[in-house]
Amino acid sequence: MTVATTFLRAWKKPPLIKSVWLRWSLVAGAIVYLALVYETTPVNWTRVWEGLPRGAAFLKAFFPPDFFSRWDEIAEGIAESLWMTVVSTVVGIALSIPVGIGAAKNIAPAPVYYLCRAVLAVSRSFQEVILAIFFVKLFGFGPFAGFVTLSFATIGFYGKLLAEDIEDMDAAQAEAVRASGASWLQWINYGVQPQVMPRMIGLGLYRFDINFRESAVIGIVGGGGIGATLNTAFDRYEFDSAAAIIILIIVIVMLCEYGSGYLRRWVQ
Amino acid sequence: MTTIPARGRTWRRRDRRTQLLIWAGWLFAVSLFVGCFQLISDKTIWAFVWDAPTQAGDLAVRMVPPDWPYIRALGRPIWDTINIATIGTLAAVLLAIPVAYCAARNTTPSVGIVRPIALFVIVSSRSINALIWALMLVTIIGPGVFAGIIAIALRSIGFCAKLLYEAIEEIDEKQVEAVRSTGASGAQVTAYGIVPQVLPAFAGISVFRWDINIRESTVLGLVGAGGIGLELNAAITQLYWTQVSLILLVIIGTVIFSEWVSAKIRHAII
Repeated sequence: MTVATTFLRAWKKPPLIKSVWLRWSLVAGAIVYLALVYETTPVNWTRVWEGLPRGAAFLKAFFPPDFFSRWDEIAEGIAESLWMTVVSTVVGIALSIPVGIGAAKNIAPAPVYYLCRAVLAVSRSFQEVILAIFFVKLFGFGPFAGFVTLSFATIGFYGKLLAEDIEDMDAAQAEAVRASGASWLQWINYGVQPQVMPRMIGLGLYRFDINFRESAVIGIVGGGGIGATLNTAFDRYEFDSAAAIIILIIVIVMLCEYGSGYLRRWVQ
Repeated sequence: MTTIPARGRTWRRRDRRTQLLIWAGWLFAVSLFVGCFQLISDKTIWAFVWDAPTQAGDLAVRMVPPDWPYIRALGRPIWDTINIATIGTLAAVLLAIPVAYCAARNTTPSVGIVRPIALFVIVSSRSINALIWALMLVTIIGPGVFAGIIAIALRSIGFCAKLLYEAIEEIDEKQVEAVRSTGASGAQVTAYGIVPQVLPAFAGISVFRWDINIRESTVLGLVGAGGIGLELNAAITQLYWTQVSLILLVIIGTVIFSEWVSAKIRHAII
């Protein structure tokens, strides 16, 4: 009987990528790429192997963390990071609002759109540390350079998300406000702002977290904050103090995250 | 027709108490901001800040035009940078799967012991920047691309695992129940009930993190972990500003390209 053969066929999971040709060429491409990477990446395995006991000794030097012998410097560094975070988040968000509005295709004229998008692309392309190198050169060592760096980086992050949010908004509501004879500012304030506000508050709190975390590294290139203290601790081979700083960073990041999660739920 | 007399009252959006609370909130926020700015300002040498526009103009003049022939020397570093990001992301994603599995409330083997450990792994990996990981790894395993790959991987585990475990917690339990009711073993339930539901999220997370990692890996060279950051550091130290501007242009190009690729892939998946 022919019917039976169809029943005897075992069920097979459907493949993730339907086109056979595409699937196998992706697999082949991945293999070729990995082979190329393997060929061109020199890994000095003996050095790695030698390093492992050194790594163990290194880790051992971290314990027990020493909070007390450098406590004054650590406290100052953490405080400096926190001020930098607060000021740069506020200033960054304030500056990113006009840029974000200008970078939304549905409400900005073409020249403004391209200009604002270019600003966002530049700000987003450079990692905070690269920006910090230049701002330290311009403004001198210390928290001011860090503050400018973080504010500039915030513009790229927040402005882009704001622009995307505005592009996704409900045009009918904005149209209704405009039809009532609102001026441009009133239109932005009553037609656009209420639609993007809840999400943007959450993202602002999220950016606060990120800024604190980044403030821990821009100190390495001279941008002030806890990063400078951490770098000094590494340079002096005071790994127990470095461990204390890292633990404090982890704890503060966790607190920020819980706090902002709580605030976000409360706001929305 | 009778109208209700207005009695001098105007419409208000909020009652007095809420309005006062909002004002108090604003007052607190503004004074916090001003206070913090004051503290920063105390530590700033303002003469340098006022001098900055002149400095910036000076630097800009020295950076133009970019040293175009130098681009031949940049092929290898940018290839290394892309490899650090790609292989690092790959390793992170593979390591993030078991961590996420242990951290998700509905799949973890034990809520009391394994889940807190997994959450701790996630938090510590997320809190420590790739540059700090690289700083430590260069001391341990020596400078080079390999240290960069490990640094990126360690930093990304937390991010990928966090998003993945949230995706696992949001799955539709009915599908899992259906697979289980056919008599499937634990592994089969995972493979046919859970994996297909989180696969799109998983692919999206990986591509998203890859995109971020391209940007992160451009700086790892500053501490000796390979990639284009090495060239950037060398050019800045030697004050070859025309080379610096070319490197910056290459970085912008790479980042925009990676963003375009990741947007395309995410669009194809979702």
